[in-house]
Amino acid sequence: MNASTSTATPTVTTAPVTTEPPAVRRPRAEVAPIPFTRVLGVELRKMFDTRSGFWLMASIVILSVVATGATIIFAPEADLDFESFASAIGIPMSVILPIIAILSVTGEWSQRTGLATFTMVPSRSRVIAAKWLLTVAVGVAGMAIALGVGALGNLIGSSIAGVDVVWNVSAREFAQIVLANSIGMLMGFTLGVLLRSSAAGIVGYFVYSLVLPGVSSALASNQQWWADHGAWFDLNMATYPLYDTALTSEQWAQLGVTAGIWLVLPMLVGLWAVLRSEVK
Amino acid sequence: MITIDALTKRYGGYTAVDHISFTAEAGRVTGFLGPNGAGKSTSMRVMVGLTEPTSGSATVLGRRFADLPNPGREVGVLLDASAQHAGRTGREILTLAARTIGMPKSRVSEMLDLVSLTEEEAGRRVRNYSLGMRQRLGIAAALIGDPEVLILDEPANGLDPAGIRWMRDLLRRFADDGGTVLLSSHLLHEIEVIADDIIVIGNGEIVAGGTKEELLATAGTLVRAEDSVALAAALTEAGITVHPSGSDALRAESDLAAVGRAAFAAGIPVTELRAADGAGLEEIFLELTAQTQREGVAA
Repeated sequence: MNASTSTATPTVTTAPVTTEPPAVRRPRAEVAPIPFTRVLGVELRKMFDTRSGFWLMASIVILSVVATGATIIFAPEADLDFESFASAIGIPMSVILPIIAILSVTGEWSQRTGLATFTMVPSRSRVIAAKWLLTVAVGVAGMAIALGVGALGNLIGSSIAGVDVVWNVSAREFAQIVLANSIGMLMGFTLGVLLRSSAAGIVGYFVYSLVLPGVSSALASNQQWWADHGAWFDLNMATYPLYDTALTSEQWAQLGVTAGIWLVLPMLVGLWAVLRSEVK
Repeated sequence: MITIDALTKRYGGYTAVDHISFTAEAGRVTGFLGPNGAGKSTSMRVMVGLTEPTSGSATVLGRRFADLPNPGREVGVLLDASAQHAGRTGREILTLAARTIGMPKSRVSEMLDLVSLTEEEAGRRVRNYSLGMRQRLGIAAALIGDPEVLILDEPANGLDPAGIRWMRDLLRRFADDGGTVLLSSHLLHEIEVIADDIIVIGNGEIVAGGTKEELLATAGTLVRAEDSVALAAALTEAGITVHPSGSDALRAESDLAAVGRAAFAAGIPVTELRAADGAGLEEIFLELTAQTQREGVAA
């Protein structure tokens, strides 16, 4: 992650010799640098150790259960298959996961915990890297839990309705849905790093996920060029196919290019700003 | 030891810290005194790497703070006791600190004992803490890594008199043990009772610095009479320079005997006559405060 992790050598520090104080501090043990795994562990703990953080995480499970229950109750018997459960759960996930990602970053500024965090770990990029990895891990784990709840719902729902259980989500489809949701989460994370404010980050995310697609499709219906080439620039547009089909190599390329534009570039700008900003 | 060398921090056209240099020695408590907005907090943030200086440098134990391998084990920092997630418990905040810097879990309870936070209080969320409790928690967090240096911004804020006394003893022991303590305050009295060395900062510049004894050395005579105007006139007549001190007293730049004789010669009954302990520092400080505070401008 960071060069200092591996290269910094532990150093013995001794109290400077002064003539004034009669008592010299006892010799100090070697101080080892903070390993990255410890930063990861602490950041993970910080995601769960407040009431709001805990319920935010719990909401992944709660919303999956609610969406599953609603599908069992309201979906017509003919549609009672794994896909309906997966898509019903997918909607709340696409909202809650990016919010988790945004708050994991912006909390350091809006709650002012960054003062302690960045004093103990002055390398801010290590803290951000830890949060980034945890965001992805939480996203994948969250999706797996949601899928498990959906599978259970599918079993229960089908047996209540007395129809055959239909497993019509393949591993590839599931992997693509996880990828699509991870992209949404990373978009939230990037906005968090860039804006460093919970409110601005969440508003920014909803502009990205709710307003921009409308603007883009309005543009596409008027401008043929945008309809043909928009997927090279619009991350939303490039992400949609992940929910339906196996992607063509062109679609993968579009996904890669738009991810570079929307996730990597703003992230670099955001990191640059985070490293230079004053923590107050 | 903390060494500040020609440190400057500008925000656009505004200079918050202007070319300050000083050293906080090991084994001593150094007080960083200045009115609100003088640049104390900015300087302290630069020391711990939270703010990049415009120019100059700050080193702790001979290194830039950010270059210390595990700063929490060498430097205890308390910049703002309220800068904590309001939803975490006190114990949890200490646990996070202990884990980050690699101290055993037992250290959390030790620190809670040290700052006299009870088990029940430690289990409460910081939202429900008084400012004094937050300061104690902040001091516990600063000390948890068994550091050699302490950097504390206004640590006495919100502490009751007993709390201030407790902190004074704590910092005294820390310094006597060979540690370095730098603490800031905007209250002269607080610094006077705790510090060995005092740095006075105003408008981003260091205006005075030295040991407490030097700075608080007798600076003339404090004299008071019912008619202070007549007294001032009489002393000036006798060739003694006088300054107003407080509401109705005068500080005369001369010794007790000369002032007493001049007042007696003029037939003015003196109601108080004593060595003006610390008046020098107080005057510097009041002047600074008057310059920077709105009341002074308005009046």
